[in-house]
Amino acid sequence: MESDSNKIIDSFTQGDYKFGFITDIETDMAPKGLNEDIIRFISAKKNEPEFMLEFRLKAYRHWLTMKMPGWANLKIAPIDFQDIIYYAAPKKKKQLSGLDEVDPELLDTFNKLGISLEEQKKLSGVAVDAVMDSVSVKTTFSDTLSKQGIIFCSFSEAVQKHPDLVKQYMGTVVPYTDNFFATLNSAVFTDGSFCFIPKGVRCPVELSTYFRINAANTGQFERTLIIAEEGAYVSYMEGCTAPQRDKNQLHAAIVEIIALKDASVKYSTVQNWYPGNKKGEGGIFNFVTKRGICKGNNSKISWTQVETGSAITWKYPSCILLGDNSVGEFYSVAVTNNMQQADTGTKMQHLGKNTKSTIISKGISAGHGNNSYRGLVRIAKNAVNSRNYSQCDSLLLGNKCGAHTFPYIQVENKSSIVEHEATTSKISEDQLFYCQQRGIGMESAIGLIVNGYAKEVLKQLPMEFAVEAQKLLSISLEGSVG
Amino acid sequence: MLLTIKNLHASINGKEILRGINLEVKKGEVHAIMGPNGTGKSTLASVIAGREVFEVTEGEITYKGKNLLKLPIEDRAREGIFIGFQYPVEIPGVSITNFMRTAVNEIRKYKGLDPIPAVEFLKLMEENKRLVEIQSNLTNRSVNEGFSGGEKKKNEIFQMAMLEPTLAILDETDSGLDIDALRIVANGVNKLRTKENAFVIITHYQRLLDYIVPDFVHVLFEGRIVKSGNKELALELEEKGYDWIKKEFE
Ligand SMILES: Nc1ncnc2c1ncn2[C@@H]1O[C@H](COP(=O)(O)OP(=O)(O)OP(=O)(O)O)[C@@H](O)[C@H]1O
Ligand SMILES: [Mg+2]
Repeated sequence: MESDSNKIIDSFTQGDYKFGFITDIETDMAPKGLNEDIIRFISAKKNEPEFMLEFRLKAYRHWLTMKMPGWANLKIAPIDFQDIIYYAAPKKKKQLSGLDEVDPELLDTFNKLGISLEEQKKLSGVAVDAVMDSVSVKTTFSDTLSKQGIIFCSFSEAVQKHPDLVKQYMGTVVPYTDNFFATLNSAVFTDGSFCFIPKGVRCPVELSTYFRINAANTGQFERTLIIAEEGAYVSYMEGCTAPQRDKNQLHAAIVEIIALKDASVKYSTVQNWYPGNKKGEGGIFNFVTKRGICKGNNSKISWTQVETGSAITWKYPSCILLGDNSVGEFYSVAVTNNMQQADTGTKMQHLGKNTKSTIISKGISAGHGNNSYRGLVRIAKNAVNSRNYSQCDSLLLGNKCGAHTFPYIQVENKSSIVEHEATTSKISEDQLFYCQQRGIGMESAIGLIVNGYAKEVLKQLPMEFAVEAQKLLSISLEGSVG
Repeated sequence: MLLTIKNLHASINGKEILRGINLEVKKGEVHAIMGPNGTGKSTLASVIAGREVFEVTEGEITYKGKNLLKLPIEDRAREGIFIGFQYPVEIPGVSITNFMRTAVNEIRKYKGLDPIPAVEFLKLMEENKRLVEIQSNLTNRSVNEGFSGGEKKKNEIFQMAMLEPTLAILDETDSGLDIDALRIVANGVNKLRTKENAFVIITHYQRLLDYIVPDFVHVLFEGRIVKSGNKELALELEEKGYDWIKKEFE
């Protein structure tokens, strides 16, 4: 037993990050640090209308009154916010009219990740909005989509072309005062994605964005806004990998989703930012605020996330169930290996009648990884006949890692039902032996068992993503078996 | 000689379970191992498979002319050793199809072969499902999860058929099977028998040996093989129980 678990620990603590390479593209950077001038610089660089600059400045002034939260179950070295570059853009050439005009090095980066834009475009029918160093480089498929009135573009472009929509919805789900990192993002965000599905339209393709952090010492502040009008449907995928770095990099994104009456939004994430080395040096600090509002009756928002990267993950994709009969879902797999830390979960706020939420969380800890689930289910007084089902499972590989569950439940009426189940298990020596006896090596066996454990969540992912996510799960736990 | 075990001693947590096993198995042979509960039959299978909780303190195992004790678990399997487990393990979320494809391809890789083409694999699955008469949709379910006792045992034989081992050790595969299932399992084994492979069948009951006729029957008692004979020995044990052997031995 003992020698076996040691072996497992060893093999996992030796896993190396497979996507460690750096693309060399000349960047156009702001000086280090943060003050009102920097914010004006960003806003000017992006040629923003006045309301945007005001939004940013309000957020910045509010941020100055805030302190970094200390309540998550994470150990975080102090972050020097004046030591960060808040704007970096790939050098603009001219307006691009086709993929052949995209920087070949950038295309090469995507190829290394196995997500060549061309392939994506031709083969999978996926519309890709690739964000690199804060500026969208290329949006595909937007022509086809625009025929149906769908808008899918970079946030910057939306600010220029659809300022009214941005003004109407931005900050309505995550207000600029929301929390330390969201407020910071509101002040300094540089780009992100914008998606608008008009009334009654079912978006015919999966919308997909690949994010990538690239320039050294650059904080990455993405902002995504998704609006589904009455009866609309969209499935949106976000995925990322980041190049290897020595210095910690801050990532503080915001995603806002608005679902009107009878609308349905499915948001899937595969997150694989650089996790740092085996000693816990480097790696991305990932502080994300993701929230959706089911504004109209019978609307639905579903979050699915596979979190394998980042040194620190702090993330709670949440749903505000305002409309009657609205549905919120949260499916999550979070892996922490080596020295990684994750504090993730969800908040389900039931405000409307007959609202329903489902939470399935699967934590996997290996090495010295530390994995916490933190969830809030609140059923308000008027949310009669509402239901929640939560299942939080933790899987431990080895005995130096940790798993914690912090469920908070508030039910303010008598007609609602909340169910919570939690389990913690170790990867069993019996299962490993059974696999190995069939000729399956230790690494594959662990990959197989872990993927099986996470299946309930993985099967929620769109097909295009599921295969990649399965590979990623195995890779993130891979090492040379000693 | 396919398998030679000489003076094998093995213990768990310092407690000696196998206390000097000697056994020789040639290709084409069927051996039956019988013996009272808790005498080390399953332990012997585990040690041959390479399970690390058991420490081999003395003796040797030679398989295909190689020192088996030096090989890791998966390589023993890839070299053709298969255990039909007494208590098959559940692997939630992993379908039998996926499990078998992984196993078949890892074994092929070890032999320097390319992964099996999907069509060929599915054909193989179908053939073997028919062989052990398991329901077609069973292979879409997670390995052993929620299987009945009999289904688990049939699944072991199905996997054996898929992997075509050289040495198959079936540990109480007959326990918990109804009469029909027993015949199906036995027929499966008989169809898979060739001049090139061998079977070691661990059982408590003569009835399986009516279907799979052994060349040798061994009695394992307190960690040693205390008696060997031909198929008549099994009949004798069925009739008289183990007391006379215990007495003879003590
Ligand atoms: N993991 C273990 N830890 C401690 N003791 C064990 C372990 N596995 C087996 N043993 C002990 O070793 C002895 C032999 O067990 P084994 O399972 O080999 O018996 P068996 O001959 O297969 O019995 P049965 O006919 O009941 O299946 C028993 O006393 C058992 O309790
Ligand atoms: Mg036994």
